[in-house]
Amino acid sequence: MSDIAVKFENISKQYRLGKIGTGTLSHDLKRWWTVNVRGKADPYLKIGSVNDRSIKGDTDYVWALRDINLEVRQGEVLGIIGKNGAGKSTLLKLISRVTTPTTGTIKARGRIASLLEVGTGFHPEMTGRENIFMNGSIMGMTKAEIIRKFDEIVDFAGVAKYIDTPVKRYSSGMTVRLGFAIAAHLEPEILVVDEVLAVGDAEFQQKAIGKMQDVSQSEGRTVLFVSHNMSSMRSLCKNGIILKNGTISYAGDISSAVTLYLENETTNTLNYINNIAYQASYIKLKTISINNKQAGSVQLMDHKNIIEIEIAGELFIETKMAFELRLLDKLNMPLAFYSPGHFYGKAKDFKVGNFHIEEKIFLPEEINRGTYRLDISLTIPGSSYHVSIKGIFIEIEGFPTKTGWVFDYDKGAGFILIK
Amino acid sequence: MTPPEDWTLIIEPKGKLLSLNLKELWRYKDLLEMYIERDIVTFYKQTILGPFWFFIQPIFTTIVFMFVFGGLAGIPTDGIPQALFYLSGITLWNYFSESLTKTSDTFLTNQAIFGKVYFPRLIAPLSITITGLIKMFIQFGLFAGLYIYFVIKGVPVRPNLYALLFPVLILILAGLSLGFGIIISSLTTKYRDLKFLITFAVQLWMYATPVIYPLSVMEGSYKKYMWLIQANPVTSVMETFKFGFLGQGTFTWLSLGYSALFSALILLIGIIIFNRVERSFMDVI
Repeated sequence: MSDIAVKFENISKQYRLGKIGTGTLSHDLKRWWTVNVRGKADPYLKIGSVNDRSIKGDTDYVWALRDINLEVRQGEVLGIIGKNGAGKSTLLKLISRVTTPTTGTIKARGRIASLLEVGTGFHPEMTGRENIFMNGSIMGMTKAEIIRKFDEIVDFAGVAKYIDTPVKRYSSGMTVRLGFAIAAHLEPEILVVDEVLAVGDAEFQQKAIGKMQDVSQSEGRTVLFVSHNMSSMRSLCKNGIILKNGTISYAGDISSAVTLYLENETTNTLNYINNIAYQASYIKLKTISINNKQAGSVQLMDHKNIIEIEIAGELFIETKMAFELRLLDKLNMPLAFYSPGHFYGKAKDFKVGNFHIEEKIFLPEEINRGTYRLDISLTIPGSSYHVSIKGIFIEIEGFPTKTGWVFDYDKGAGFILIK
Repeated sequence: MTPPEDWTLIIEPKGKLLSLNLKELWRYKDLLEMYIERDIVTFYKQTILGPFWFFIQPIFTTIVFMFVFGGLAGIPTDGIPQALFYLSGITLWNYFSESLTKTSDTFLTNQAIFGKVYFPRLIAPLSITITGLIKMFIQFGLFAGLYIYFVIKGVPVRPNLYALLFPVLILILAGLSLGFGIIISSLTTKYRDLKFLITFAVQLWMYATPVIYPLSVMEGSYKKYMWLIQANPVTSVMETFKFGFLGQGTFTWLSLGYSALFSALILLIGIIIFNRVERSFMDVI
């Protein structure tokens, strides 16, 4: 059954830049005069540049979204990916009827609830109990529905003890949990979620993701989900779209969307060679390639765990040289360290002139799914650095299994997990 | 297979001129109830006197009016006990002015929540008007108490049949305050000037309404300003109330009809403008 839950037809949204207020009266009057009195097209709709916030446009009007055509099937979990300002939130705002499109139509079947920000409309003076009723009604639940779900909500939020305390005495975490709990127990046919999982402690985040999965998988609801967290995107969504400057640049299954986004959008301009943090005067690097690519984040998909690094350059002195690698997590905490030179004293001698050094490195199988940072250095092991390249992003798809010590030099080389 | 065209929701750039979706409004009646409950309950949260605050304000205003207007200025009250005269005016006027100033702030005070979730925006000003109504009835109880006290004391005030017009008067006031309120709130989303204007406009408006003086005094001494006072749609409401309950005042069906028509018209215009603005005010506020 090809049931379409939401359909966007030629949706565009235009915003005016700069000040709104003083001075707009003349624009308003002119617009009103041309459209309503003279019956001509809106003079301010024709102009309008592409929505790219990094380039200063020549008009005051900008298209936040331009000609969006999209169909979301019932029960589909659609991930919306894009840089800041690509139009993701505008799209969600339109579907949740906070604002209206400039042109086009959105058609939908069923009740829409949006989770644009949890805890919206909490009144600080009212107790948790009163706020559950208040917030639930704002979200479109009837009183009877809320009474039916009340215990479940309190239980999910874990605030049973504080339920008759005014919300202003809650910790911020508690407020957010209560807000999410209410929203999660709505029963809309279409749920719009914008980056709410970024809040709460780890335990609650797990709970929230689990709830979202339940909502979409077992209850068959349609979910539109915006997040910058690619791994939660991958685990929650089936399909994805990439928004770029207000238009859909890709639509398809989520893992290709994420891959494409990470390859093209995030680090488009980032050549590895630009990541050189230190370079001694006697060495000059010409090319750095990882897995045959010279830019972008390193993608390790389908349980691939090999990194092939090739560096070409020129040496002006004769020296020993070996690879030294560090794998760091998002918070820049070192996770693993690779340096055969330290362990075996393996370091090749290089002569003056052009050089080419390459190494094939296996990541331990136990490495978790996620985004990591890689620092690459060429060193004389235990003595000095020739060059160091910092902050290359690695996206690893895998499954969380174990962590621990790994000595895997038999396969050629390996990482040691020191965490 | 083409899906049947049975969309439950269609979002378009421009709505109809008067797309008052009563069915939807009805679906959100629980929210309206919650809003009213919230406003009533939070009014006296963390106060010692609690709900008594509903009475304290009109009592003190009446005392001050008795001192300033009745005593110092010596404005006559048509032979009605001063306390009763002022309290009747204050009860009605407070309702009108409070719901007008509060509804005129609808978009500004609710912008955070309006920016996140959708529900019929009209719920917010409607709840304010109804909350005010409840407060007004509580304060009317105070008036009734004082009224009975004076009747027992033998003061010749008796209600007549026109007192039965009370619900009509309330409806006229509700329509006027809601209508004016949402017009102003719609305009303040773009032009904030009105926000400043409204606070003192309401103050001045009171003096153009027979709250502290009976219409007869005005008619006798300041005939050239009578047109202004008669054009004021609140005037006939005040006068009818005083005529019905206190037996003094100027009542004509014509002026009451004018007020009723004015109120209905303003409400209609208000809803049209509000409907226009609510759809896209997030972009300009």
